[in-house]
Amino acid sequence: MDAFLLQILNGLDKGSAYALIALGLTLIFGTLGVVNFAHGALFMIGAFCAVTLQRLFTLSFETIDPTRTDFLGNPMKVKTPYIESWFGPDIGAAIIDWSVPLAVLFSIPIMLGIGYAMERGLIKHFYKRPHADQILVTFGLAIVLQEVVKYFFGANPIQTPAPAALRGSVDLGQMIGFQANAIIYPIWRLVYFFFAAGVIAAVFAFLQFTTFGMVVRAGMADRETVGLLGINIDRRFTIMFGIAAAVAGLAGVMYGPLNPPNYHMGMDFLVLSFVVVVVGGMGSLPGAVLAGFLLGVLESFASTTWATTTIPGINQIIIYLVAIIILLTRPRGLMGRKGVMED
Amino acid sequence: MLGLDKKDTTLLIIVALLTLGAPFILNPFPADSAMAQFNAGYPDLMQRFVIFGIFAIGFNILFGLTGYLSFGHAAFLGVGSYSAVWIFKLFTYNVLPAVALSVVVAGLFSLLMGFVSLRRSGIYFSILTLAFAQMSFALAYSVLSNPRFNLTNGETGLQVYADDPQLFHSDRLPDLPHLFGLSMRATYRLDLGGWSFDFNAGYYLCAVVLMAVFYLAIRIFRSPFGMMLRAVKSNQQRMNYTGLNTRPYTLAAFVISGMYAGLAGGLMAAMDPLAGAERMQWTASGEVVLMTILGGTGTLIGPVLGAGFIKYFENIFSKINDNVLHGWFGFLPDGLEDAMVFLVHPFIGKGWHLTLGILFMLVVIFLPGGLVEGGQRLGRWIRRRRGGKDGEAQRKTEPAE
Repeated sequence: MDAFLLQILNGLDKGSAYALIALGLTLIFGTLGVVNFAHGALFMIGAFCAVTLQRLFTLSFETIDPTRTDFLGNPMKVKTPYIESWFGPDIGAAIIDWSVPLAVLFSIPIMLGIGYAMERGLIKHFYKRPHADQILVTFGLAIVLQEVVKYFFGANPIQTPAPAALRGSVDLGQMIGFQANAIIYPIWRLVYFFFAAGVIAAVFAFLQFTTFGMVVRAGMADRETVGLLGINIDRRFTIMFGIAAAVAGLAGVMYGPLNPPNYHMGMDFLVLSFVVVVVGGMGSLPGAVLAGFLLGVLESFASTTWATTTIPGINQIIIYLVAIIILLTRPRGLMGRKGVMED
Repeated sequence: MLGLDKKDTTLLIIVALLTLGAPFILNPFPADSAMAQFNAGYPDLMQRFVIFGIFAIGFNILFGLTGYLSFGHAAFLGVGSYSAVWIFKLFTYNVLPAVALSVVVAGLFSLLMGFVSLRRSGIYFSILTLAFAQMSFALAYSVLSNPRFNLTNGETGLQVYADDPQLFHSDRLPDLPHLFGLSMRATYRLDLGGWSFDFNAGYYLCAVVLMAVFYLAIRIFRSPFGMMLRAVKSNQQRMNYTGLNTRPYTLAAFVISGMYAGLAGGLMAAMDPLAGAERMQWTASGEVVLMTILGGTGTLIGPVLGAGFIKYFENIFSKINDNVLHGWFGFLPDGLEDAMVFLVHPFIGKGWHLTLGILFMLVVIFLPGGLVEGGQRLGRWIRRRRGGKDGEAQRKTEPAE
């Protein structure tokens, strides 16, 4: 039982990332009808927002400390981050330590801006073009974004550690009544899961309970009629694109401590996220979230020693296998609606 | 000639001349001149031109004719490579059975994949093929390379070892892929003044194959079957309403293009007897999409041009470094020179992918027909420039259509 629970928990963090990216993809697809192959790149850019903020915080100046000497006997140069000299060493160090969570705030306006610029600058011109063209142009954009990031940050993964307070593990099992050391779980993964759950809840609440969200949902159902009612639906859809980009970016920011960001992390997640969207049902937001968590947990079960000794490498292919089986048995995906992307 | 009309015959002859004369055409600069770095006439690169040309022609039969965008074609290429290397390992280094087997295996594999993927169209199809290709990649990379059942040799890649059986191999034959004793690496070098031209057996084998499959592609394009595929592209629903089941046609196109990819994979292994999983990764599938689009989707010559273009510039751009740039901009004043080098720097060397990405986006946005359309537009523009009145007359007659 505890082993079972542990595998479910293990799947949650990847599942959260899949769910967040897939949610963004579905939002874009549901509103604008565009297949965004650059969505993985947005995830990656989010992660690099955290890297950038960390670098900004640790920008430092050098002073010569006459009281200490380095191994050659010369006075030692000490680097002090500007932040520490402005806010005092304690608060400064704390700010640097918490740079990843702070990057969440930092990344939201950036991602909204990038999403907005992307939609207005590029995607807008592709509504009337065939889906293949949309896929191709966003694919090209993904390559470009990826290479630009590689140019500035290099090809190696960059460490973005979680705050020291959230770095260790916690004995979850003991908290809920199992014996000690049965379920030990890294704190940051829990944080990531709850963060993802929060973001998902926020997106759904935004769509469900605000007037803006209501109009967007109406536009998703029947764009033309909403337009005829004198509502500028295009503008709202552009904002939704920005929000979808922000969701992907947030997923990336917080994912840094789990997996050091590198420039091709987006592509790795993109393929899986597409599979998630298809399994969940194209255009269905709850489907995307459900399928994201489901496939994440499934992957974690397939990586147990028992599974990998029975069928070697099953953890590598399980998601694709499930996707193929689901598409053959339920062509619309788990929660796909009739009439969405039928052709 | 050969059942082609005049225009297609000319096209075939042009392709034949280009491929057969490639060692000359691609080596326009003397070997020891400063421009020699733009020469592309060495066997390894020429083989890649032709092999990727074959791959792209095959991809175009599916994408250009039916409009089904597959993101999984690299899987067939990889499967072809693996089967060819297995023939080398088990039986003989002769390339003929190896390439034949890779075509057959890739065909069977694409039949399976197409049977499942073609149940859906549009984006679903793209994503399904993508999922299949990634699955094949994972299979080749890790699953099928465990000690109990080692089919692909994982990360190292499948290659021929000295203790492999090689049943029909004899000492008289070269220890490399060969065609009845003619080693694929046999190269005749012709020195003419400052120029030197390499004539490589492997390249010419690939070139002959390219001409054959190009001819086949023309026949497919002009056949009733090709017409049917085009009808699928323009309006599949209407085809279905008329009571016609389009799936056998699309499946046939899928299998044919899969076989082309397998052929390319087999040839790739025949030129260099090893096969690795990275050939199957979806970025490799993306590359063939780039080639086809860049050259011109749905045109005959486009994919070959696109493949040559990308492979040529990949090679040249990766070779250019800052020193070369300083040489180019040397005529400028110093400050300006440095600024130019600084500006161009991100796009060369390792930045080639950035250039490719930007180029690709520009082509998709402004020139959906690729290089071929670009050429046509240029031609029309020149004609209009030259014979102003002719052009006017032509434009006036257009609305009558």
